[in-house]
Amino acid sequence: MDKLQIHQGVAVPLIRENIDTDAIIPSREMKRVSKLGLGEGLFAGWRYTLPGGREPNPEFALNKPEYANCSIILAGANFGCGSSREHAVWALKEFGIRIIIAPGFGSIFYNNCIRNGVLPLVLAERDINALANSTCQDPQQNQLTVDLLQKVVVDPGGLRYSFDIDDAQRRMLLEGLDAIALTLKLADKIADFQQARQGSHPWLFLS
Amino acid sequence: MALTLFEKLWQQHLVCELEGGASLIYIDRVFLHERTGSIALKSLQADNRQVINPQQVFCTMDHIVDTFPGRTDKTLMPSGEDFIKATREASIDAGINLIDLNDPRQGIVHVISPEQGIVQPGATLVCPDSHTCSQGALGALAWGIGSSEAEHAMATQTLRVAKPKTMRIRFEGQLNPGVFAKDMILHLIGKYSAAGGAGYAIEFAGTAVQALDIEARLTLCNMAVEFSAFTGLIAPDEKTIEYLQGRPFAPSGEHWQKAVAHWQTLFSDKQAIFDKDIRVDCCDILPTVTWGTSPQHTCNVNGVIPNAEQGQDDNQINAMQQALEYMGLRPGIAIDSLPIDCAFIGSCTNSRLSDLRIAATVLAGRKVAAGVKAICVPGSTQVKKAAEQEGLDKIFIQAGFEWRESGCSMCFNAGGESFGFQQRVVSTTNRNFESRQGPQTRSHLASPATVAASAIAGRIADPREFL
Repeated sequence: MDKLQIHQGVAVPLIRENIDTDAIIPSREMKRVSKLGLGEGLFAGWRYTLPGGREPNPEFALNKPEYANCSIILAGANFGCGSSREHAVWALKEFGIRIIIAPGFGSIFYNNCIRNGVLPLVLAERDINALANSTCQDPQQNQLTVDLLQKVVVDPGGLRYSFDIDDAQRRMLLEGLDAIALTLKLADKIADFQQARQGSHPWLFLS
Repeated sequence: MALTLFEKLWQQHLVCELEGGASLIYIDRVFLHERTGSIALKSLQADNRQVINPQQVFCTMDHIVDTFPGRTDKTLMPSGEDFIKATREASIDAGINLIDLNDPRQGIVHVISPEQGIVQPGATLVCPDSHTCSQGALGALAWGIGSSEAEHAMATQTLRVAKPKTMRIRFEGQLNPGVFAKDMILHLIGKYSAAGGAGYAIEFAGTAVQALDIEARLTLCNMAVEFSAFTGLIAPDEKTIEYLQGRPFAPSGEHWQKAVAHWQTLFSDKQAIFDKDIRVDCCDILPTVTWGTSPQHTCNVNGVIPNAEQGQDDNQINAMQQALEYMGLRPGIAIDSLPIDCAFIGSCTNSRLSDLRIAATVLAGRKVAAGVKAICVPGSTQVKKAAEQEGLDKIFIQAGFEWRESGCSMCFNAGGESFGFQQRVVSTTNRNFESRQGPQTRSHLASPATVAASAIAGRIADPREFL
């Protein structure tokens, strides 16, 4: 998995509460049994003028030239709520998004981000509004820097916003770790636990 | 030390603490479906990893399957058949329990898992589907995950989980006439917001929850995710034990007594302290309908569409304005004056036999209003058969409803079927998101009684006038 340590990029504001994973990628855009090819369907309902169509809606932020090559989303509360579809994160990542800054996230979406090298970063609503203000005049020039090593977001004027993240999840992102490989190192412990559980809860083990 | 039910389940599955605050939790059951399971199984294969306990893994076909009578692997969704075939092949290769399209046990994962006794009190169960929280209704620790986590669960029989906080929501008192589990959960989300449960595992308790039958409890827990909770759960009781006895995957023989003895220890201790405790008086709950595009956008069936200015901050006002515009609504109008185009009864929220019985009570001897497209999709093939044995299918069909094969169907647009551009749908499902039931559809969530009443009236209607 790609490592994420210090990232500088163009930030796009999508500040509205409860942006759900159906909005991030509509079901109709999940066409293949694959994690790839989903970037095109990102925010399809808002990004294109017609369902299934590909004519860009000029009003939608991601289509505006000032946000070209954006890699950071500034979002509202409860971003990524709803369906567990990991396609939402695969689509964001393929589009080029590495960091989403919101006051809170849907919990399944949050974990899906960590598993795919995307940083779900929690800041207070007023800080996110301030970051949006600091970048809105010429977002291409006024980029944000996110330093996961120091757990800080730096705005174009040098103002710093500290954030918090669980240490284990931070390490996953910093080092690009594969969670399954890490857990398989604990296979003996898991086998012991399972054996004990088979003794105490035999009815849960099917043959 | 006094423990909550959630803490007991957590401790019983704790393999070890991990560095940095997460815990390694043992997983008893993994459930897959063809929409996301196929990708998880394929990806495991590609990484040369094994499903270590295939007998603990189940898979159904529900999300994108066709629900028209005489169905095959083909679906209205252009590549739907690829998902079904890939899931079937990968399931057979991995040796997991496959409940295929034509299996008499087929149905929506959260309907068939309890129906078959696959989910049990005290077990951990995960599924790459956000409504897995439904299954907490039987006293299991069940929650939705992504595909990568499903791979992790199958390859290691564990998940790395950050421990959520605990919340208890006590519904006290008796439900008013015409009010059901669906109204309880919509009322709760409307009052405390769609993010009200974020970061919490929620135990639903109180006299009104104890009084619910198992199917209604499944409805209540189903929408814990719409409250942004990690999961919802209800302590198992005599009803739970009675419900499970004799089901195909439930314990039997000498295991039954042992299992029941364990289940009877699964409750929150009297002195246990929750991080948050909420009490809801059931006398305050009336039949509830959503007006907007988030499940928190609710009002009583006799209420009026709110003004966006009532929002608490700019972001909320903005979201409410966009919702009003999307739904084609003006503030101040009575919600029960809104004409509807479609009515849908189905989904993992409200498609069980008791739901169909309530709807049939409303529909019996009446006709769906002219011009309203009405569809009923039973939650499982068994529910469908049981309903047909009672003659419920005839009541639905005579009233003017389509009677379909089981699946997730038009709860969302995955099967490729849509209610149509800007069509107003009153629906027993769980999400009123933009375009959820097809591009630009306008969904209003409600109980089966309210949906049936609305189908008859041709507008959003108070079920109490029909019960």
